[in-house]
Amino acid sequence: MRLSALTRTALAALAVGVVLFLFAPLVVIIYFAFGKSNVQTFPIHRWTTYWFSVAWNDPAVRSALWLSIKAGVAATAIALILGTLVAFGIHRFKFFGRDTVSLLLVLPIALPGIVTGLALQSAFNLAGIPFSIYTIIIGHATFCIVVVFNNVIARLRRTSMSLIEASADLGATPFQTFRLVTMPMLSTAIVAGALLAFALSFDEVIVTTFTAGAQNTLPLWIFGAIRLGQQLPEVNAVVVGVILLTVIPIVVAARISSGEGLGGAGRL
Amino acid sequence: MSLRAGFRQKAGAALWRRPWLRGALTLSPPLLWFLVIYLTSLVVMLITAFFSVNSLTGNVVYQWTWSNFSQIFTQSVYGSIILRTLLMAILVTITDALIALPFAFYLAKVAGRRWRQLLLSLLLMPLWASYLAKVYAWINILSNKGVLPDLESHLGLPITHIAYTNTAMWIVFSYLWLPFMIVPIYGAFERVPNSLLEASSDLGAGSWQTFRWIILPMVLPGIVAGSIFTFSLTLGDFITPLLIGGSSSNFIGNAIYDSAINGGNLPFAAALAFVSIAIMAIYLLLAKFAGAFEAL
Repeated sequence: MRLSALTRTALAALAVGVVLFLFAPLVVIIYFAFGKSNVQTFPIHRWTTYWFSVAWNDPAVRSALWLSIKAGVAATAIALILGTLVAFGIHRFKFFGRDTVSLLLVLPIALPGIVTGLALQSAFNLAGIPFSIYTIIIGHATFCIVVVFNNVIARLRRTSMSLIEASADLGATPFQTFRLVTMPMLSTAIVAGALLAFALSFDEVIVTTFTAGAQNTLPLWIFGAIRLGQQLPEVNAVVVGVILLTVIPIVVAARISSGEGLGGAGRL
Repeated sequence: MSLRAGFRQKAGAALWRRPWLRGALTLSPPLLWFLVIYLTSLVVMLITAFFSVNSLTGNVVYQWTWSNFSQIFTQSVYGSIILRTLLMAILVTITDALIALPFAFYLAKVAGRRWRQLLLSLLLMPLWASYLAKVYAWINILSNKGVLPDLESHLGLPITHIAYTNTAMWIVFSYLWLPFMIVPIYGAFERVPNSLLEASSDLGAGSWQTFRWIILPMVLPGIVAGSIFTFSLTLGDFITPLLIGGSSSNFIGNAIYDSAINGGNLPFAAALAFVSIAIMAIYLLLAKFAGAFEAL
């Protein structure tokens, strides 16, 4: 359709405005993290990396970071295996209830996170399972599965079965086909899915609130500190660290998978 | 051929001949996880909603009762909490749809290839950057000594006092969920073939007519898919209301959080969660009618 020059300019201006709006708070937070004073003042007069070293040497932040990394890696590992399996299952096999399975996978992200969190808490309570890193991992893995699933199934849908059939026709065993044909086709999608799952787990706070015991993950530490209004300059530094640790995997994932599965359902 | 390789070949052949066996082996671990952990937990929670808590000991009393639900539906405070949450969810959804529609349209149909690539990659950072970081940034922007009042006083503008109000919450929620609305709508626009738009204008339709009768019906599923996210995210949030909204802006999420974490009343929290599941279920059913699941 033909748009007038005015409409085009207005749309372009709107697009730039939206991007600026989306970036402004991130810029603000990064800006504050390098300010010297104890209170947030604007504009900043002295620049420093002091608060980064304070945060890095804070034992509470350290142990929260370590817990977040451990939980994120474990949840990602589980999500990687289960998400890849279910993607294969749904792509390769036609069976009764296939749509129900797809719906089930989306449910932890289509329902509010607080529902998943409270449901797990109720079940752990009833079963007498104490809250620990394991309960955190179970919660995270449950909503990370769909991220890996989305990435792998998107790739499976774009690759043709004929390569796999050709491999079998040429005498490869199913294991050889899997190792030499299927896996190389899927590897970047799987790695990208894993990176996204880790980023999602590393940042999650709502489900974690309900499945963590006395220990803090990094987001729980941040939430607590903001609520109490304490250590705010340190929070700035920690928050910038978290942004980096979630955005870096995303950028890598986007590079290796040419952007498939990066938006929409997966993020939730 | 070694014994092990022989076994592998036989096992492989056996699996190849029995697709149902392969399917069962592939699907049972993830399905077991979802059935045993996720669905069981949901069922446990839904049943817990019909129990109560002994007010002296704080233990759960495993006796069937409607008291949680009657409390929710008779005490006006919960009515207003549910209403506030719903209104905010609707308002944020409309706001984000109104911003995302022209933005996604520009991205998919007007912008050049390079420019589009750049904007899309720029979207990734705000989409994935830490939720808490974004909320915290907004506290720093909106608070009475924050960036916004400061900028306004530097520029000699009248100073807005919107910290800890529903307006602040509306802005922050709209900000937080905007990328979740943009992504599915952009996806829907990408699926509209350009030839269709050309055909429409060749047949004499103006821009507005093309938008109204060709584009809008085709991107509607994308809008609905985005709205599922904005709705569900607003419904489940307790952090933004707590940190941005201030004292008199409780959401369903806050009520759940308060009774489960602070109050130790898991059955009542479960009953509240039941309500938000019911709202989401109604919404998802409506969305299914609009055919939004394909765009999810």
